[in-house]
Amino acid sequence: MEAELKDMWNDLESLKHSLTDPSLRGPVDKLQLHVERLTNLSKSVPVRRSKVKDMSAEVVDSNPYSRLMALQRMGIVENYERIREFSVAIVGIGGVGSVAAEMLTRCGIGRLLLYDYDKVELANMNRLFFRPEQVGMTKTDAAVQTLADINPDVVLESYTFNITTVQGFETFMSSLRNKSFSPTKEGSGVDLVLSCVDNYEARMAVNQACNELNQTWMESGVSEDAVSGHIQLLIPGETACFACAPPLVVASGIDERTLKREGVCAASLPTTMGVVAGLLVQNTLKFLLKFGHVSPYLGYNSLKDYFPTMEMRPNPQCSNVACLERQKEFIIAKPARDAAAMAKMEAEALTVEEIPLHADNEWNISVVDEVEIETVGATSSDALPEGLVRELPNADESQHPPPAEPAAPSLDDLEDLKRQLEALNS
Amino acid sequence: MEGWDPNTKSTLTQIPLLTTKAGPRDGAAWTQRLKEEYKALIAYTQMNKSNDNDWFRISAANPEGTRWIGKCWYIHNLLKYEFDLQFDIPVTYPSTAPELELPELDGKTQKMYRGGKICLTIHFKPLWAKNCPRFGIAHALCLGLAPWLAAEVPILVDSGMIKHKDDTTSTSES
Repeated sequence: MEAELKDMWNDLESLKHSLTDPSLRGPVDKLQLHVERLTNLSKSVPVRRSKVKDMSAEVVDSNPYSRLMALQRMGIVENYERIREFSVAIVGIGGVGSVAAEMLTRCGIGRLLLYDYDKVELANMNRLFFRPEQVGMTKTDAAVQTLADINPDVVLESYTFNITTVQGFETFMSSLRNKSFSPTKEGSGVDLVLSCVDNYEARMAVNQACNELNQTWMESGVSEDAVSGHIQLLIPGETACFACAPPLVVASGIDERTLKREGVCAASLPTTMGVVAGLLVQNTLKFLLKFGHVSPYLGYNSLKDYFPTMEMRPNPQCSNVACLERQKEFIIAKPARDAAAMAKMEAEALTVEEIPLHADNEWNISVVDEVEIETVGATSSDALPEGLVRELPNADESQHPPPAEPAAPSLDDLEDLKRQLEALNS
Repeated sequence: MEGWDPNTKSTLTQIPLLTTKAGPRDGAAWTQRLKEEYKALIAYTQMNKSNDNDWFRISAANPEGTRWIGKCWYIHNLLKYEFDLQFDIPVTYPSTAPELELPELDGKTQKMYRGGKICLTIHFKPLWAKNCPRFGIAHALCLGLAPWLAAEVPILVDSGMIKHKDDTTSTSES
């Protein structure tokens, strides 16, 4: 095609020169311009780029990673290329999950596991990522189609089932355990799970799986009125799990009807979802590539542009058994953790040369020991940042649940009960 | 519980409460829970029959008792409208309630999630969570499905979205 167009252009060029009447050159020039445009168009026909073996920092237009590798030169990330070793699972490929998947794909993540059982609908088009021609495809297939084109280096796995059913949950767990991508990795087969789902049941299922696998994960959400959202880091045993704090309506006993208007379908905005996806993936990159401060919780209130942050400790009375086990393990591992932190501090202290920073100290400025500040901080950490109020009583104040009555020994047989119900059904 | 009619309240108090907090992955404890589920369902069905208010059939579709299928019906203007009823026991049960599905009504009402899952978010899920693990399948039917049918079936019939099975011709008589 390109050669044909070039020949055409050359023919027009020779025609132009052979013309004796200069007034005819104008239309020929115009024709040549059209041919040039067609040539450019033919070049932009989608071509899949080939896979890249190593991430290069070379600054050329054809290098898809030059701007990312520049993070190393700028001193932000120590070793960006490590990103190719990481696996991230994204549960829920909706308004937040799909955008997060695209961001990680463009960043050159090693492997993405995508979970969703829904199909793309026209009603999704007010959000980013999916295109109208993908309507009817499963969200996982449509996502793989787009993401594989954007970056063929990423290993993409799509899982199309409901993780809240017993069978779906088992498949979900085994896919997270699968270590074929990096057999030497400790723990599960993924480095991080991102929950981008839109309902309580699915969040509880992700929470259950991550607590059982001792898998760090991040939760994200956008409010039903589309004007606020949040992200949260959950490290089993170390931070609060999703079941540690019951939902607001359950804990506070307020009338749930004041919280939700009946018959209103949930609103959504591409902006809020894009912001939350951005916050989520930024936190993910900081967590994986070890730079900056990884936020334990970050809220986003778009009406006031308010971003509250806070930390949540696990609930010692959490209803999730696996969470309690992880909490126990975390407490047992405390001495080892302290020793490691101490060793690290000492190693850092050794590298600092002991010379007085200032020869004179006219104003008697003294530096207070950091340890002291920390203990002061710990006692006042119950204070919430401005703009937040507690809805729940302190864990120590809440009354212990009454001791369970000894269950009456059940003498009846399950099959017998089944028959009784069937008899009533007939 | 304010806002519920006295009939539902009195029915509810007669359905036996459950005690075992166990989900389908909890082995023997789940079997125990399943027995309690059956006892509550049997008591509720018997109560409905004796009060001449029989309105559903449900039975386990697999030996593990994690999938349930059956029928439910609602009388509107002296006509009986019957629907298939199905649901899975979620893996996080009983912390999360079962999502009751009426697949035949999928796409016919806004008060429904994809796949025919009826919307329980407002009127039932907070109650379920507050009463975990004492509520079971029978309670979900009594407090989740029954009020949904009572609210939605008349609207669906009056708006012409569903027709009575005998009303096959297009001439609808009132």
